[in-house]
Amino acid sequence: MNLWWLMLTCGAITFGIRYSFIAAEGHYQPPGWFRRVLPFVPIAALTALTAPELVLVQGEILLGGSNPRLWAGLVAIVVAALWRNTLLTIGCGFLALFALQRI
Amino acid sequence: MTHTQAFSLGLRSVMPMLLGVAPFGVIYGVVALQSGVPALAAMAMSSIVFAGSAQFLLAQLVGAGAPLLLAAGAVGLVNLRHALYSASVAPVLAHLPRRWKILLAYLLTDEAYAAAIPHLMAVQPNSPHAAQAHWILFGSGIGLWAGWQLATLAGVLLGAQLPSNLGLEFALPLTFIAIVVPMIDSRARFAAALAAGAVAVVLAAMPYKVGLFIAAMAGLVAGVAMPRRIK
Repeated sequence: MNLWWLMLTCGAITFGIRYSFIAAEGHYQPPGWFRRVLPFVPIAALTALTAPELVLVQGEILLGGSNPRLWAGLVAIVVAALWRNTLLTIGCGFLALFALQRI
Repeated sequence: MTHTQAFSLGLRSVMPMLLGVAPFGVIYGVVALQSGVPALAAMAMSSIVFAGSAQFLLAQLVGAGAPLLLAAGAVGLVNLRHALYSASVAPVLAHLPRRWKILLAYLLTDEAYAAAIPHLMAVQPNSPHAAQAHWILFGSGIGLWAGWQLATLAGVLLGAQLPSNLGLEFALPLTFIAIVVPMIDSRARFAAALAAGAVAVVLAAMPYKVGLFIAAMAGLVAGVAMPRRIK
């Protein structure tokens, strides 16, 4: 029983966070800097999610040759910058990862 | 763009991420059962909470017998970054009736947001496309929702029989790279990425993913603070 209350509470909190600004839109006047910040949200949030996945191995920063995900990620970054193609980027990133893991 | 085209654009954009989300969902199912969460509750959590890392945390906290207030606070912290997504998509959804806003807020995950946002940013405000733009977010949201439910179900039913070390999770960072890199077209945006990435790495050990939220904020500050051009 307790478990279900816990899930409902956590579901409500999660939904509340996701609904917050969507619900408030039009009901308040945001300060000017707020609108200037918004275009940076995808870049800032998604890079924050991605960088640790590439650089950290079991919680430690690992920049050398023994971190295949870092180099596969760098390959993906170059491919994405040159061709701007999602599937090509993912394909090359995986190819690089599997190749490096076999070395 | 008709609403069918917009919906299928969102759905297609989230597809590569399902590759990375599927093993994650399977592992969640396994971890939840191991922590003592009953199968039915583990499945229900995927639609009631519907947030990957928060569900992992919650399953572990339940296993450890954590009090409700602590667990609720932890889940709130883990999901704090979704407030940024909410602010980011709010202007696009402003014209919609409340039931649409509630549905899209419920579906607003990292992956659905990432898949939809490049297309939402490309839509000119007040253009005919703008009236259908929410269908893009609905497509990516419902695609991820369905994939997450199936993966959780597979984890709960088949559990440890499934291979989980294929490295498919890497599809997620790779897709994020494919989305973010083409967006970096100015010094300010480059600064935002650099600051967010560096801070996220340095603060990765902070509990409840608080470092992730601070890193995203650091990226926003860096982007806005960067002068437009060198004088």
